[in-house]
Amino acid sequence: MRSLIDILELSTQEIDELIATANDIIEHPEAYREKCRYKKLATLFFEPSTRTRLSFEAAMYELGGQVLGFSEAQSSSAAKGESVADTVRTVSCYADIIAMRHPKEGAPLVASMAASVPVINAGDGGHNHPTQTLTDLLTITREKGRLNNLSVGFCGDLKFGRTVHSLITALSRYEGIKIVLISPDELKLPSYVKKDVLKKKGITYVQTRDLEAVMPELDILYMTRVQKERFFNEEDYLRLKDMYILTPDKLHNAKSDLSIMHPLPRVNEIHTSIDADPRACYFRQALCGKYIRMALILKLLEIE
Amino acid sequence: MNIDSIQNGVVIDHIKAGKSMEIYNLLQLYNLDCPVALITNAHSGKMGAKDIIKIDSENLDIDLDVIGLIDPNATVNIIRHGQLVEKKALTLPLELRDVLKCKNPRCITSVEQDLSHVFRLTDKQSGTYRCLYCEAKAERRN
Repeated sequence: MRSLIDILELSTQEIDELIATANDIIEHPEAYREKCRYKKLATLFFEPSTRTRLSFEAAMYELGGQVLGFSEAQSSSAAKGESVADTVRTVSCYADIIAMRHPKEGAPLVASMAASVPVINAGDGGHNHPTQTLTDLLTITREKGRLNNLSVGFCGDLKFGRTVHSLITALSRYEGIKIVLISPDELKLPSYVKKDVLKKKGITYVQTRDLEAVMPELDILYMTRVQKERFFNEEDYLRLKDMYILTPDKLHNAKSDLSIMHPLPRVNEIHTSIDADPRACYFRQALCGKYIRMALILKLLEIE
Repeated sequence: MNIDSIQNGVVIDHIKAGKSMEIYNLLQLYNLDCPVALITNAHSGKMGAKDIIKIDSENLDIDLDVIGLIDPNATVNIIRHGQLVEKKALTLPLELRDVLKCKNPRCITSVEQDLSHVFRLTDKQSGTYRCLYCEAKAERRN
């Protein structure tokens, strides 16, 4: 029995296999409609997250399975003081696989150590979010046709943005990746990610505050939201939240085949007038999220 | 001041002056039922001043490697029948369980009191330990 807590638990070969399965599901959805018949997914969301939870639920429904769970800690026994381990031991009796989101870092790992069914980390605070990374990798593959030889710009909150850390870590295993880090000084990529991932793997990277200056070289622009919930101090949040707002004029020198990605939800960091630009692929990215989760559920349930 | 040499046991020598009490607490030497001597500010030709801990026990069952967390330059001498039989090199343990506390307020250990605090050695060269759950770097004691 296997869980997925951190994207690095998957080899690049396994990621390739998941992407291949997801692509096959997209091409032949009818072949997968009964794959998880009589199987149940428990979505244990101790922290609200509409789109991640809905994409997991949609994934399970499209595989012919069923879903049970809760969408906030208040409606779970955690509100009565139950431990994560006890919760998942109990839920293991009722479901075949668990997707868990928790505001505390490491909670899904604790869950995977106690559960008797596979646990998928659906986000633990600012720490890991492997299914978002898988979503991003599927999106990049579909948009670019490859995961190597890409110049990838990350813009916004690179300090607390777990999707950024995970995607950089995942991309660092591929050849010819250049990382461009665009952020205010206060939200720079943590030095341990630079040291443990970029420098260790010999990945070329640059840091800048000027998005427009680096725009021409980017194959992918990954925008992020400055997340209010990651700040202890509201003043800092208010000062930094509007630093980068992508508007059509800022794309004047961008490549014609640039892919603009965003893990969503956005607030105002990508102006809605960009949505109609074919280079904006964040809603296609959201769709990829469902398909890659379908592929992952099949893999962890060991269903061919 | 003289402290008798021991016949069987362990001498932890060359401890940075003032650090012996931390080692005493970390190794929970207060739980032993044998004589334990803490010598602080002893003269040292090399260090100027140093601390020494002498534990007079034939059967000592403690993990001495964790001393490296406090003072990697300390030396551990195993004594048998009054003779030095082994100079033990300190090797940082791969895992520390309930030795260090995770200080990350976002870590699951901050709210679940019954969870063991587990740290893994992630970089031998720098002696970096990270929390098993949240991967926060351990705050070193030395």
